[in-house]
Amino acid sequence: MGKGKRKVPGLNQSSTADISFILLIFFLVTTSMDTDSGLPRRLPDWNPDEIEQEVKVKERNVMTVQVNKFNEIHVKNGVINRSIDISELKEIAKYFIANPDNNPDLPAFEDYEIEGYGVVQTTVKHVIALQTDRDTNYDVYFQVQHELTKAYSELRDEWAQKTFGKKYAQCDEKTEQPVVRGYYSNKISESEPRQYGTAQ
Amino acid sequence: MPELNTSSLPDLIFTVLFFFMMVTSMRDVTVNLEIKTPVGGSEIEKLERKSLVSHIYIGPPSKDYRATLGSAPRIQLNEFFATPDAVRDFVHAERESMFEKDKPFMKMSLKIDQNVHMGIVTDVKQELRKAKAQNVVYSATKDDKRK
Repeated sequence: MGKGKRKVPGLNQSSTADISFILLIFFLVTTSMDTDSGLPRRLPDWNPDEIEQEVKVKERNVMTVQVNKFNEIHVKNGVINRSIDISELKEIAKYFIANPDNNPDLPAFEDYEIEGYGVVQTTVKHVIALQTDRDTNYDVYFQVQHELTKAYSELRDEWAQKTFGKKYAQCDEKTEQPVVRGYYSNKISESEPRQYGTAQ
Repeated sequence: MPELNTSSLPDLIFTVLFFFMMVTSMRDVTVNLEIKTPVGGSEIEKLERKSLVSHIYIGPPSKDYRATLGSAPRIQLNEFFATPDAVRDFVHAERESMFEKDKPFMKMSLKIDQNVHMGIVTDVKQELRKAKAQNVVYSATKDDKRK
């Protein structure tokens, strides 16, 4: 038996690579890098007493977008009252929300104080009422929502460009974006579905 | 010719391994529905902070279930098929499992098939309003080419 100076043999590490390869492959296979994406919305508060109460708003401030069970889109506001194609919806909505010509049949400009900015003249009281039938296709509903959202973001971009000299996305998240959002705030209201297209 | 030194190979592999371990989120729910979410354009936002998100699936049952359940759209919460009434309990259960500070920021991701009719969607939405889970996301696929 040798005394003392025996050399400890090195651990054979040649298989470490293989083991980690197996682990790697396992995680490669199980990984689903699905980043969920979608259209964020906030549903209105639930208040059982107010269901039947229609909030009284001046007629000029309301735009109704009806999607019936045949998936036809009908738009009604102060200047338009007809069935439209989805591709027209964005421009109609933008014209309605912004009311660039100060049309007396479209939403009125009113003083509105934006916190941290001051009082502005904007169509703060406008409402877009989105009505669907129980048989409306979800995809059509989604595309309508998408177009309306796009109308808002394009208006926000335009106003942010005019006011802050940059697009909405480039504006400061804490200070500037809330101002822009306040100027053109999202006023899409979704009412209960009714039976349109049938006897009313 | 000298042999290639492979002693750092395990380290390399481990680095890649750790990366995948980090980004992996084990799919905890098997969806028994056939869902093709709508396609949107510029307005589609990525969902951040997955821990705040709960999913509600609505769509026709997948092939294996069609024999027993038919092809009418169903709601799936976690592993189970459910009726709209169950949504409220589901929301409460999901909310209970969250950290106190995160509760107000809870988001419901609605994964709904394109061809579902609005009736069932509205029922679910009403239940969500009753359950005070008003932050919803209409789950969709983003098409970058679309204007």
